[in-house]
Amino acid sequence: MKLKAVTGLIAAGIALAGTAIAEVAPGDITWVDDVMIPTSLTGAPGNVEEGVSVVSSRSAGNCVACHGISALPDVAFQGNVGPSLDGVGSRWNEAELRGILVDAKHMFPDTRMPSFYRVDGFTRPGDAYTGRAADPATFGPLLSAAQIEDTIAYLMTLTD
Amino acid sequence: MQHLKPAKTLALASACVAALWSGAALADPDLSADLMIDGELHIVTQAPADDIVPNLPARYSGWLFRDPATRDMQADDFENPAMLAVDSGAELWETADGTAGQSCQDCHDDAEESMAGVRARMPHVNADGELWSMENYVNNCRTERMGAEAWRWSGGEMTSMTAFISMQSRGMPVAVQIDGPAAPYWEQGRDMYYTRYGQLELSCSSCHEESTGMMIRADHLSQGQISGFPTYRLKNAGIVSIHNRFRGCIRDTRAETFAEGSEEFRALELYVASRGMGLDVEGVSVRP
Ligand code: HEC
Ligand code: HEC
Repeated sequence: MKLKAVTGLIAAGIALAGTAIAEVAPGDITWVDDVMIPTSLTGAPGNVEEGVSVVSSRSAGNCVACHGISALPDVAFQGNVGPSLDGVGSRWNEAELRGILVDAKHMFPDTRMPSFYRVDGFTRPGDAYTGRAADPATFGPLLSAAQIEDTIAYLMTLTD
Repeated sequence: MQHLKPAKTLALASACVAALWSGAALADPDLSADLMIDGELHIVTQAPADDIVPNLPARYSGWLFRDPATRDMQADDFENPAMLAVDSGAELWETADGTAGQSCQDCHDDAEESMAGVRARMPHVNADGELWSMENYVNNCRTERMGAEAWRWSGGEMTSMTAFISMQSRGMPVAVQIDGPAAPYWEQGRDMYYTRYGQLELSCSSCHEESTGMMIRADHLSQGQISGFPTYRLKNAGIVSIHNRFRGCIRDTRAETFAEGSEEFRALELYVASRGMGLDVEGVSVRP
């Protein structure tokens, strides 16, 4: 509901492309064994190139704020608050990675890793990085369904 | 597949412990660094942990986490850019303002004596039972005694004045009162410290206790101590107040922050100050 604007745009894009597939909204996720999400949130596979930009861009996932990825030596200042993502595609399957990305607190209950595809349950959620209160009418998840799928596609290439 | 999960999680857990350790190892704080101002005033930058900080190995000043060039800048009053603010604070101290035609000095005389130890005790509960920060006391003198206007919490006059007053406690250990009338504020502050704010759901503890010494992108995380405040931030090219720093950190969790001077931030200030008990007041510090 809060996502209407975003999903609306994406749905329009999909309709234009001629693939009328419904996107799964944050509130409608079906978890398996509480940690896995087997099906794509967009109904389609993600794009590896786009995934690289999601993990490395400050304005998108900014995963490298906390994780190192040796395969991206050109991305400056990789953090180490979380484990290195090297080999992550061998450690986890796609459904597990989707679960970790959507809401890492399912797999790691007290983790510092943010939940990238959830829209409720926050304490004093803000309007991005302005310090002001979020507007419930426009508040959306940290990443779009397509960005989540792109990231998963990229992470699956990080094998040992 | 699900029966694999515990094993995998366990493997990951040990990988994380390994990461934590290697993080902690490359990570400083640089415990061999010693803060000696102008070769003569020694500043305590490490203090033992106690019941107040059960999760810390020891208390470390943010100074220990900075690169040698920034550390050196603070060790030399001539190089320390915050000293300009201290100088203007000294001037404001003796300048009459307001309808009563009085200056701070007219009532408090020599700051070196009357203000010694004040920073180390801040924030503390006033006669009316309210927890006040140094800024509140300054503005109370201005409005109630001098007939002058209150200064903005993080405005230039206020940060100059708090810089000047804090200097009078330089080298004295932080010693805030947390029991008696201060206890409820301290507890409120502690609850805030462990609250995971914002869309990123990160608490002060997530970054400054659980991740001390680690890199979050280009930033090297310290314990988030306030013994060095007010601080000159090179990035801002200016003095940063305690509440301004709190506001920035909460904003960075994609949260709605609290206002500078709010009751919440005063309570948080008391709690964070207590996490630094035993560290010396740095007067005015330099941070990147
Ligand atoms: C604020 C820090 C932070 C950010 C930002 C972050 N993570 Fe994490 N991540 C962690 C931590 C900490 C863990 C370890 C899990 C735990 O807490 O036990 C983790 C674990 C993981 C794992 C499992 C790692 C393994 O070695 O098996 C994956 C995969 C992962 N993160 C991917 C991502 C991606 C992709 C992004 C960005 C879209 C991201 N993370 C952003 C902190 C973060
Ligand atoms: C998303 C991570 C993050 C969170 C959450 C966070 N901080 Fe920070 N904080 C930083 C970074 C990065 C710095 C700059 C490097 C350093 O000193 O740690 C910093 C610096 C500070 C400093 C300055 C320390 C010095 O020596 O100059 C203080 C004080 C501080 N934080 C307090 C807090 C408090 C209190 C909270 C909770 C309200 C908090 N922080 C939450 C990331 C965070």
